[in-house]
Amino acid sequence: MDPRNFQVTIGGQAGQGLVTLGGALARALVRSGYHIAVTQSYMSRVRGGHNTFAIRAGTSYVGAPQEAIDLLIALNDETAELHRAAVAQADGVVILSSASAIVAGRSLRVPYKELADSRHEDMIALGVAAALLGLDLSLVSGIVSSLFQAKDAASARVNSAAVTAGYEWGKQAPPALNVSLPPVRAADMRLMLNGNEALALGALAAGVRFCAFYPMSPSTSVVLELAKHADVMGVVVEQAEDEIAAINMALGAAYAGGRSMTATSGGGFALMAEAVSLAAATEIPVVIVVAQRPGPATGLPTRTEQSDLEFVLHAGHGEFSRALLTPGTVEACFELMRRAFTLAEASQSPVFVMTDQFLADSYRDVLPFDLIEPPLRSPPVPEPVQDPYRSYALTASGVSPRLVPCASGHLVVADSHEHAESGHITEEPALRTQMVDKRLRKLDVLSANVVPPEYAGSDAPELLLVSWGSSKGAVAEAAALLNAVGQDVATLHFDQVWPLVPSQFLGRLQAARHTVCVEGNATRQFARLLRRESGFLIGRSVCRYDGRPFTSEYIVERLSYEL
Amino acid sequence: MSYEPVTLADYGGFETSWCPGCGNFAILRAVKQALVAAGLAPHQVIFVSGIGQAAKAPHYLRANFFNGLHGRALPVATGIKLANPALKVIVESGDGCMYGEGGNHFLAAIRRNINLTVLVHNNQVYGLTKGQASPTSQEGFTSNVQPHGAQSRAFNPVAVAVAMRASFVARAFSGRHDHLVEALRRALAHPGFALVDVLQPCLSFNKINTFKWYSDRCVDLPPEYDPGDWRKAMETADIWGGQIPTGVLYEEMRPTYEDRLASSVKSSTRPSANNRRAALQAIMMSHA
Repeated sequence: MDPRNFQVTIGGQAGQGLVTLGGALARALVRSGYHIAVTQSYMSRVRGGHNTFAIRAGTSYVGAPQEAIDLLIALNDETAELHRAAVAQADGVVILSSASAIVAGRSLRVPYKELADSRHEDMIALGVAAALLGLDLSLVSGIVSSLFQAKDAASARVNSAAVTAGYEWGKQAPPALNVSLPPVRAADMRLMLNGNEALALGALAAGVRFCAFYPMSPSTSVVLELAKHADVMGVVVEQAEDEIAAINMALGAAYAGGRSMTATSGGGFALMAEAVSLAAATEIPVVIVVAQRPGPATGLPTRTEQSDLEFVLHAGHGEFSRALLTPGTVEACFELMRRAFTLAEASQSPVFVMTDQFLADSYRDVLPFDLIEPPLRSPPVPEPVQDPYRSYALTASGVSPRLVPCASGHLVVADSHEHAESGHITEEPALRTQMVDKRLRKLDVLSANVVPPEYAGSDAPELLLVSWGSSKGAVAEAAALLNAVGQDVATLHFDQVWPLVPSQFLGRLQAARHTVCVEGNATRQFARLLRRESGFLIGRSVCRYDGRPFTSEYIVERLSYEL
Repeated sequence: MSYEPVTLADYGGFETSWCPGCGNFAILRAVKQALVAAGLAPHQVIFVSGIGQAAKAPHYLRANFFNGLHGRALPVATGIKLANPALKVIVESGDGCMYGEGGNHFLAAIRRNINLTVLVHNNQVYGLTKGQASPTSQEGFTSNVQPHGAQSRAFNPVAVAVAMRASFVARAFSGRHDHLVEALRRALAHPGFALVDVLQPCLSFNKINTFKWYSDRCVDLPPEYDPGDWRKAMETADIWGGQIPTGVLYEEMRPTYEDRLASSVKSSTRPSANNRRAALQAIMMSHA
C-alpha cells in the first residue's frame, strides 16, 4: 500500500445499496481525518449492471481517482472478477460473500445470512470494511443511524445493528487481512460534498430565486439539492415540460427580477441554444449549468467527458458576450457557481458553469465555505437611470441600468429583435451596429473579472501540463509523481476557459520547454482554443474519451515517462 | 405616482408593420379598451409574446413587455409569474406561435393553471412568413407550400383547451368588437389560465376565411348558456363550419398554480435575509 493513499472500491449491481454504503464509509473516513476523492461509475439503468463507488483516501489532499484497489467490497462475483487485476496491483483484499464460489487472492468471505437480515448486506459489509480499516465503530454506526433516521427510527436501528454485526465479525478476521490505514492527524472539521451539491450550495449562497430544469443525467442532482432546500431558502424550483421551456422560464423569472438558473447536459443544452441567443439579445442575466457527458446524441449517459467546450462556447446564433467557468474542484464548484450569478448580473449576459459526470458525482472533503462572496475585481461602473427609462440605453461599459417591471412607473422591455434603446424594433443600420458593439463591449466587463489560470511549478519547467475543468486533480498528481522522481513538471490549470486573457498565461506557456494539454475529448478542443486566442501552439495532448475520468497513472503512462 | 383614471391615451399610438385592414388593429384596440376597463395602467401590465405578426402587438402600445422567441411566450410568462405571482401578465401571439411551435407549452400551461391571460390571434395562416398553412388552417387550404392543400386536420384550440379543463376558454371574432372586449375583460378578471382564441381575417394570405366568411358564421352563445357545464362546453367547442359559436365556452374556478406552490417567492412570504443566511449556514453544515 502507498503510505499516503489507499483506495476502497465498492462494486455491485444498481439497487444493491452501494451508494449508501460508499457514502457512509466516505463520511466515516472524512470524520476520521482523511482526505477523499470519490469516483462513481454506473451504467444507465435502475437495476442490475455493474456499478462502482470508489473512495480514494489519503493523509493529505486527494484530487483524483487511482486505478489500484487496496480494499474491494464485492457485493457480487462479477465485481471480484472485473477488478481482479486492480486488486492484485495493490496486493489488496477482497470482501466477498461466503456463498461465493469464486477464487480470489486475499479474501474475506462474510457469512451475511448468519450475521443479520441479508436485506442489509450492504450495511454488514460496511461494518466488516470499517473493522478491517480500523475505523471507530460508534462513528460508523452513528453515521448510518442518522442517515436512516430521516426515514424512520426502526430502519435506523436495524441498519446500524447490521453495521455492528458486520464490524464485530470483521474484528475476528485474520490480522493478515487488515488493511491498516496510514495514521492521520485529527484534522479541522470538514464537509463532504460532491460537485453537484457544491453547485447547488453556491447557487443558494448567490441568492438564487428561480431554477427551471428538465431532468437529465448528470445534471439532475444539482436541482434535487436545490429542491431540498427550496422552501427554507425561498427558491422556486420548476420542472419544465422540456429544456426549451426550462431556459425560457429562467429568462422570464430573471426579467421579473430574480436571480435565475437552469441545469442540463449536452443533449438538453442543444435544445436551449436558441434561448442562449435570446438571453444575449434581451440582455437578461442567466446562469446555465452544463454537466457534460459523452456524446454524440445519447452517447454514454452516465459517464464523463469534456467534449462540449466548443459547443457551449459557440451555442446560439449571432455574436455576443458570454463567460464559461470550468471548476476543477468541489471548492471551485461552490465559488464559481456563486460567482457566475454575480458575473451574469454585472454583464447582463449568459454565464455557463461547465462540469462533467466525474466531478458532479465526486465527493470530496472540503473546509466550510466563507458564505460572504468576495467582490468583483473590476465591476462595471453603474449608470444612472434616465427618464424616460430605456432598457437598452447605450453606455460606455455596454451594460444598461436594469429595472424590474411593475416595480416603478418606468416601462421595462425585453426584446429578441434588434431594437432601439427603448427596446422597440429597429432596422436602422447605424443603430444596429451600435447595439452589436454594445453587446460585445460587455465581454470587456467579463475579461476584467476573469478567474486567472493557476500555475504551479518552477519558472522554466521541462514540461508544462495544461488542463481545464475536472482533470485538475489528476494532472496535479501526475506532475507531483514525476517531480518526485526528479523531473521538472509544472501545471497550468484553467477554472475559466472564456473569455481568455493571454497576458495571464502566455508567458508561462512560452517559458516551458515542452507543453502538453490534458483534456477529456478527442479533438483537443481547449488546446485549439488556446491557439486561436493566444497564438501559442501546444505541441502535444493527452486526450481521454472512453467515458472514464483521468487518473495520474493514465497521464504519466501517455507521457512516456518511467516512474 | 398619480392615481388618475387610466385612459386609452395612456397606452399610446405607434406605427405598425401590419397590412392595412388586418384584424390585428381591431384586436389591439380591444386590448387597450379591456385594460382601461380593468383600470390597469401601462406600468402595471406585462405583455409576453413570441414571433409572428401578432407577436409584434406589444411593440404597438405602451407597456412592459418581453417579446421572445417563436413559440416560447408561455414559458417566459410562466417564469415571470413564478418569480413574482403578483404581476399581471398577458400572453399575446398568433396561431402558429401558440399552437404550432409552442404546442407543448400550450398543453403544459393549461395543466399548470398559471394565472395568465392568453390571447391568440387566430387567422388560420402564417402571415409573417407569407402564407403557409398554420396548425389551424382548414383541411385542403392551398398555399405556395401546400399546392395540393393542407393534408392535416385543423387543430381546434378551444376544444383541446376545454378537453383539458383549462379554467377559462373563450372564442371571439375581431369583427365583433364589443364581444371581443367583453371576452378579454372577463379573461383578465379570471384567476387562472384564460385562453381567448380570436378569429381574425388575414387580408393578404387567407382568401378563404375572410372577414365576410367569419361574419356569416360567428354566432354569440345565448344568454342562457352555462360555461360551467363541461359536457355542454365540449360539445359547443366542437362546433365549426356553418356556425361558429363565440363567447365564453368554459369557465371553472380552481386554485392557480401560484397559489398551490408550496414555496412561493412572493416578497411577503420569502424568508427574511437573516433567516436565509442562518438557513444557508445550517444547510452547509448538514454536509459535515
